[in-house]
Amino acid sequence: MTMRRAIQVAAALIFNPFIPNFIRGTIYQGTLKHICVPGLNCYSCPAAFGACPIGSLQVALSSVRGWFSGAVAAATALASLYVAGVILLVGAVAGRFACGWLCPFGFLQDLFYSRGRRKIALPGWVLYAKYVFLAVFVVGLPLFVAYPASPAFCKWICPAGTLEAGAPLVLVDKLAGRGQFVLGFLFAWKVSVAFVFLCGMLLISRFFCRTACPLGAAWGLLNRVSLLAIRVDQKACTKCGFCRSVCPVDISIYENPDSAECIRCLACLKCPEGAVTMGLRGSAARIGDEAHSTDVA
Amino acid sequence: MKRWVPLIFVILSAVVLLVGLFLGDVGAVWGKAAYVCLECIGIG
Repeated sequence: MTMRRAIQVAAALIFNPFIPNFIRGTIYQGTLKHICVPGLNCYSCPAAFGACPIGSLQVALSSVRGWFSGAVAAATALASLYVAGVILLVGAVAGRFACGWLCPFGFLQDLFYSRGRRKIALPGWVLYAKYVFLAVFVVGLPLFVAYPASPAFCKWICPAGTLEAGAPLVLVDKLAGRGQFVLGFLFAWKVSVAFVFLCGMLLISRFFCRTACPLGAAWGLLNRVSLLAIRVDQKACTKCGFCRSVCPVDISIYENPDSAECIRCLACLKCPEGAVTMGLRGSAARIGDEAHSTDVA
Repeated sequence: MKRWVPLIFVILSAVVLLVGLFLGDVGAVWGKAAYVCLECIGIG
């Protein structure tokens, strides 16, 4: 097992310690749920201890709308700064690093996708869809629809909620014959959307991250200012294409080391010319040489 | 880019986080909606 895979497994287990809840059909509701985890991990997943930043941001921004209309106290609206701060801080330190190393749903996609498969190129415009989801579903609708607004991205799009929470809860519910959940059009819609993403994830590496993840979109924008940065020695780089061949999001890192698509998995640090390194932005210190000799991807 | 620019971003983000954490009522937001959102996962 590589170092990155080991960290992904550890993060998935740390973020989801209440695994017996899958069997019980219950969801952890303790105060640890106040903690936003650095990754897309549905807070309605039975095993989750913390809250998904994207789900939390929608709820928090809806409370800001409620504050404008006088339905919510200022202190409740201020809590949205906590959620925004978590997202901004993780991105400001390391950009999309959490996508590549910590996000449980990213890990799930890595498991689904077979590496030996011939890469399928995505048209450029598809990559912009995640910004639309971020702007419209995560920020716009909670802020502009009357309070209280349902978390629109979670409710209508997010396959993580269906795969990590909805489907397992319904399965256990049916097996136990409890019949405690309401299944209708919304569930059918969510399963259909999840099925489309699942097919995409099987055929295209990190399909959801690249096309629809609003958290990845936010962190991707911070790739260009994050403290940790990837650097390419353009003199040493021979443009051999190695970096693109090992890249899960199919980019040539030498073209733009701060690309918003880069999930900072660091696979490209194994560059045969040693041209790709990672270090603090604006600093002479380099991490790449150590990583180069370590199995990181 | 100047070395201090990323640091400014990190510090500003940390300030935003801490203001929300200490001045905001985080429990009120989660208590209302995010503890268990069955509608969010299509089964509520």
